[in-house]
Parts: sequence; C-alpha cells; structure tokens
Amino acid sequence: MGPWILLAVAVVVVLWLIGAYNGLIALKNQTVNAFKQIDVQLKRRHDLIPNLVNAVKGAMDFEKSTLEAVIQARNQAVQVNAQGPAAVKQISQAENQLSSALSRLLVTVERYPDLKATGNVSQLQEELTSTENRISFARQLYNDTATQYNTKQQQFPTSMVAGMAGAAPAELWQIDDQADRAVPQVDLSMKPKA
Amino acid sequence: MTEEAALTLFQQQEANRRRTTWLVIGFVLFFAWLGFGGDYIYYLSTRTAPPQAYHHAFPWFGILLSIAGVLIAWYGYRTGPEKVLWSTGAREVVAPATDQEKQLVDVVEEMAIAAGVPRPRIWIVPDADPNAFATGTDPLHAHIAVTEGLLAMMNRDELQAVIGHELGHVKNLDVRLMTTLAALVGVVVLMRDGTGRMFFGGGGSSGTRGGKKGEIGPLIAVLLVVWLISWILAPLITQFMAMAVSRKREYLADAMSAQFTRNPLALASALTKIENADAPTTHLKGGAAHLCICDPLGRRLNDHPGALGDVLASHPPIEMRIIRLKGMGYAQLKKESGAA
Repeated sequence: MGPWILLAVAVVVVLWLIGAYNGLIALKNQTVNAFKQIDVQLKRRHDLIPNLVNAVKGAMDFEKSTLEAVIQARNQAVQVNAQGPAAVKQISQAENQLSSALSRLLVTVERYPDLKATGNVSQLQEELTSTENRISFARQLYNDTATQYNTKQQQFPTSMVAGMAGAAPAELWQIDDQADRAVPQVDLSMKPKA
Repeated sequence: MTEEAALTLFQQQEANRRRTTWLVIGFVLFFAWLGFGGDYIYYLSTRTAPPQAYHHAFPWFGILLSIAGVLIAWYGYRTGPEKVLWSTGAREVVAPATDQEKQLVDVVEEMAIAAGVPRPRIWIVPDADPNAFATGTDPLHAHIAVTEGLLAMMNRDELQAVIGHELGHVKNLDVRLMTTLAALVGVVVLMRDGTGRMFFGGGGSSGTRGGKKGEIGPLIAVLLVVWLISWILAPLITQFMAMAVSRKREYLADAMSAQFTRNPLALASALTKIENADAPTTHLKGGAAHLCICDPLGRRLNDHPGALGDVLASHPPIEMRIIRLKGMGYAQLKKESGAA
C-alpha cells in the first residue's frame, strides 16, 4: 500500500508542476503580447501626428511653440529603439513627453472654435482621441497582465517553479512626471453633455 | 485582485462552455422524450388492436425526432448569431460613413484593446430606442450591435461603457450560451405555434383512425396528458431558462465594463439614460430580449426589485445595477484620493 501512496503523491506533484509551469509560460507570453499591442498603438500615434500638425498649422501660426513641442516630442519618441528590460522605462518616458505635448495642443485647439469647425480638424480630433484612448487601454491591459504575471511568479508555491520557467518580474508602465498625472480637462465628445 | 478577476474569468468561460453543452444535450433529450413518448403512447394504444391491424412496435417517431433535435441544435448553434442579427434588421458597419459611425468603430476598437480580444464585427439596428446587444460563439466570431437611438443619445464615455459591457459578455463567453439559447428558444416557439395549429386546428382526421375512444386506458390517458403538456410548456421553460441565465450575467458584465473603462459612473449614467427612454425597442423581439443590455420590451417587472421581479425579469432592475456601479465609482474615487 505504501509505495502506491507515494506514487500517487508523486503523480500529483508532477501534474501540479506541469500546470504551474505552463501557467507561468502562458502569462509570460500574454505579457509580451500585451506589450507588443502598446507598440502597435504607439506606431499609429506617430503616423497620425504629422497629419494633425499639418491640418492645424495654417490656422495656428501664433501658437507655434505648442506645435513645435509636439513635433519634437514625436521625433524623439520615434527614435527610441530600446530592447530588453530597460525598454519599458525608456519608451514610456518618451511617450509621456509626447502625451503631455499632445494634450496641450488639444487644449489649444479647443480654444479656437473656427479651427474646430473645419471638418478635417474635428475628424482628426476624433482620431487623436481614439488613438490616445487605444494607447492608454493597451497600457492598462499590459499593466494588468504584467501584474498578474508578477504576482503569480512571486506567490507561494508557484514561486518555486518561477526559476525553472525563466520568469522575471515584468516592468510596469508608469507615468513619472507629476504634471502628466493630472488629467487635462478636454471635452472631445461630439455630443452635448446631458 | 487582478488575479482573482482572471481566475473567475476563466471559471466563467468554463461554466459557459459547460452550460452551453448541457443546454444542447437537454434540448436533444427533450426532442427524444417527445418522440419516444409519442411512440410509447401509440404502442400502448395499438397493443390491444386485432392482429391484422397496425401495431406500433418500432419507435420511428423517437428516432426521427432525436435526429431532428441534433440537427436543429447543430444548425441553431452554427447560425444563431446570423439569425439573431437578421431578426433585428441590423446592418453591418464596414466602412464608417458618418462621424457618428466612425466614433462607434473607434470606441469598439478601443474597448477590444482594453479587453484583449479581437475587434468584433459592428452592426447598427435602425431603432430610435437606445439598446445594445452582443452575439456570437466565441471572441473570434463575435458581433456587437447598437441601435441608432443609442448612438444619438450617448456621449463618448457612455458609449464606451455600453460597448465595454457587451465586450464583457463576449469575453466571458456569455454570448455563446445566450445565442444558442436564443436560437433554440426560437425553434421551440416556432414548433409550439406549428403544433398548436396541428393539435387544435385542422388535426381532426388523425384522431379517428386509432379506434374507439373507450379503448384508451387510464395509463395511456395520463401519459398523453403529460406528453401534451410538455409540448405546451416547452417554450415557457426555455424562456424561463433564458431569463434566469441572463439576469446574473448582467451584473458581471457591468463589472467587466468598469474594469475595461475604469469609469463605472459612465455606465451608470448610460443606464440612467436608457431607463428614462422608456419606449420598447420594436426591432428586438422576445427571442433576443435576454441578449440586450436592457430589457427591450420595457417590462415594468425589470424596474422593481423584489421576489416577482427576481423570477420573471430577464434583467436585474436598472436601479440596482446603477447603485452597484456608483458603489464601484465611489470606491475608486476614495482609492485615488487616498493614493495621491
């Protein structure tokens, strides 16, 4: 009887090991995938900005500094080509710069009703709102997935398998700048508030 | 917290897969019962017939109806989403034509990113009453439909919250269970209408063939009554199931919407708007009612918390949903002010 019990325990332990290992690998890949999703959305944003700037350039000669800040931040963000664990930090710093420059631009556009009335600009505004939302939702998904992954690999007893699965804590996407933390009060909804 | 949410999501998906399987099995068994029950009654009533008369020995009805049940269930599962969309007269948004449609497509894509699922196909139902529903068999084959009234009435945040709610249904596989249920309820209701005509309308000729009435024993009579009652009750039972299944899922989808948008108050305000537009959504019929974000039939039962509403409504009272969402909103505000 004794050996059978030992065997049963061994089988259970092995099954658990396989399950925990595979669970960690799945989460790891989900985290990587979620990170790539942010990349996709950031690319979209970088492609969109030249259009936006061109659309408002003529009407906004007097707000040149705001526009230039956006262009500069965009060009810097495009140049970041980091890999590895440091990537999250570098990319997020550059993109946060761009985010704050963009939100300043959006506030400025709001101030010129004539500019907003042009069909082109309002379409671009919707496009930009959507892009910013996509980026933040992609970040949100990444942070949620990464947190789940980090928690899993640190919690007992999964933590014992973490080394075997090559699990390392994933860096969360953070907003560093205190000014960025403040949500700009921009109403971009196309309908009147009730 | 996120881990717990993920675990429950996985469990939700599993539960929905299992429930869909049981639903289909139950549906086929019901058909088998109708068929074999009929066979048995026919067998008993022809057993005492003279030797040269017809004896019903081989259960033809049972076999045929069981096969029919399997085929119908398979067909309903396969084509359920199409049928639901077709019955509402929805049109698909392929290339957004207006600013409004563009915004809808954008919002759906944003929410798909937040939910981590592929973008579902988008449909618009030509109806002035605000409502929305999701259908499909899994996140890869999902559809989201909103009414024109919803688009006109909601601001961007509210639209986002409603879409988040629908994507919640998609992500935890509610759509699979609810669409299959809608398709099967549709079949059963159709069948009831058809057989109702057969039994109570022009079906008189078949009754005279079986011989004199006095030959039917009490056992046969009881069986016959039970059998007939199950034909009549079937649509009711399936509709009760649809309601029971969907009521609990609405709270969960509300919570998932809040998880995706991080803005539970937007959904609360969207639900308030939907509730205040009290007119029934004419394009969404009874069969698809349990798919919608709010009961399209405008039934008063859904508005009142209480025992009767709990049993009969397909949706929890909007009041209760709004209270829960506001609770989430305040908890969030508290957390944010505490962290800062």
